[in-house]
Amino acid sequence: MAQLFHPNINILIRILVGVVVVLAAGLGLAYYQGYYSVYFSQVNVFREQPVMFSHKHHVNGLGIDCRYCHTSVEVSSSAGIPPTHTCMGCHSQVWTEAPILEPVRESYRTGTPLQWVRVHDLPDFVYFNHSIHVKKGVGCTTCHGQVDQMPLMMQVNTLFMGWCLECHRNPEDYVRPREEVFSVSWVPPSNQKELGRRLVEEYQIKSRTNCSSCHR
Amino acid sequence: MKHYREPSIEAAETGKPSRKGLVFLAGLTLLFSSCRLDMHDQPKYESYEASEFFADGQASRIPPEGTIPQGGLRQGELLYTGKMDGGDSELFPFPITQDTLVRGQDRYNIYCSPCHDKVGTGRGIIVRRGMKQPPSFHIARLREAPPGYFFDVMTNGFGAMFSYSSRVQPRDRWAIAAYIRALQLSQNASYGDVSEEDLEKLEEAATE
Repeated sequence: MAQLFHPNINILIRILVGVVVVLAAGLGLAYYQGYYSVYFSQVNVFREQPVMFSHKHHVNGLGIDCRYCHTSVEVSSSAGIPPTHTCMGCHSQVWTEAPILEPVRESYRTGTPLQWVRVHDLPDFVYFNHSIHVKKGVGCTTCHGQVDQMPLMMQVNTLFMGWCLECHRNPEDYVRPREEVFSVSWVPPSNQKELGRRLVEEYQIKSRTNCSSCHR
Repeated sequence: MKHYREPSIEAAETGKPSRKGLVFLAGLTLLFSSCRLDMHDQPKYESYEASEFFADGQASRIPPEGTIPQGGLRQGELLYTGKMDGGDSELFPFPITQDTLVRGQDRYNIYCSPCHDKVGTGRGIIVRRGMKQPPSFHIARLREAPPGYFFDVMTNGFGAMFSYSSRVQPRDRWAIAAYIRALQLSQNASYGDVSEEDLEKLEEAATE
């Protein structure tokens, strides 16, 4: 019986194998890049909102504390999105004619809540709790970034599990004194490691890497 | 006539899935691993999530009137209304300690200082931006006002000021009332009110 393949086919097969390997590596790289891309993680992307609310103006310009609006952050899993009543506490007197605030006034008149676009949205299988984090010395800006510099809200961290674990494994690298938790100007000191270790002991912070700590 | 495929004898005997099946599954997993998001967005409501079920589109429901949340039974007129014998209470519903004052200071700085400013003269940043100026806490009328009066204003609002009852819990409102008392004392203190030890500290601070 004659040979099915000509000997030259060997070269073709080798080239083919090479092509497959390169393609697979490329696909893998594309997958990785895609996963961490802006498209997927939405990091550093400003979100359009029904009212162009500026944290920069309210936090940096006016010096209003985070908790003035996010009232439940110390006692609940949710930090709390303020009801229109909170906005109108000032805006029934200040900027009463501003067209940009018409949706707020309408919401107050009709009792229909504003529909904000959620910026920090964890998957439903993660049970995150704000109150325990702020009690243990995790500052707002550690996760949410320099909110006081954001005209419109955006995410600065991926919120991926690997990112959470960086701190859950080594809390001493990130925690700060409790009285600085709501400060937007706090920066880790040069002796953060030392300070962190002391706080971890003082606040009895446990490194939580058990799956069921967050996934229940 | 058979309407199903008989399981392969090989798999049935060894109890292992066929190699072909495994490869196929692995391929599928790789292909679609980032596409399935139904566990990310489960059919349950997160806080503030919109609802297609309720007519008003809100997943968070307003409980029927008169509902008492667990642990929310409000017994004790003084603690929750600031009233006593039909008038503003002259007394606090619980003893005021250093901790109460620290808590009061903390809450005051968050919720009150934007308008009333940190010492209570009523020239906070929001006032400088057009809010109606509140009276200073250091005028005679307010220096003589009972703590129950401040509690009532925080609870129900007054003039241009909205109610803070949903944001500041009753015990914190009393703590703020106590801190306002402390502010009033601080702005009307004389040299003789300060203990010798504290005077030394003051002088030290002044010379620094």
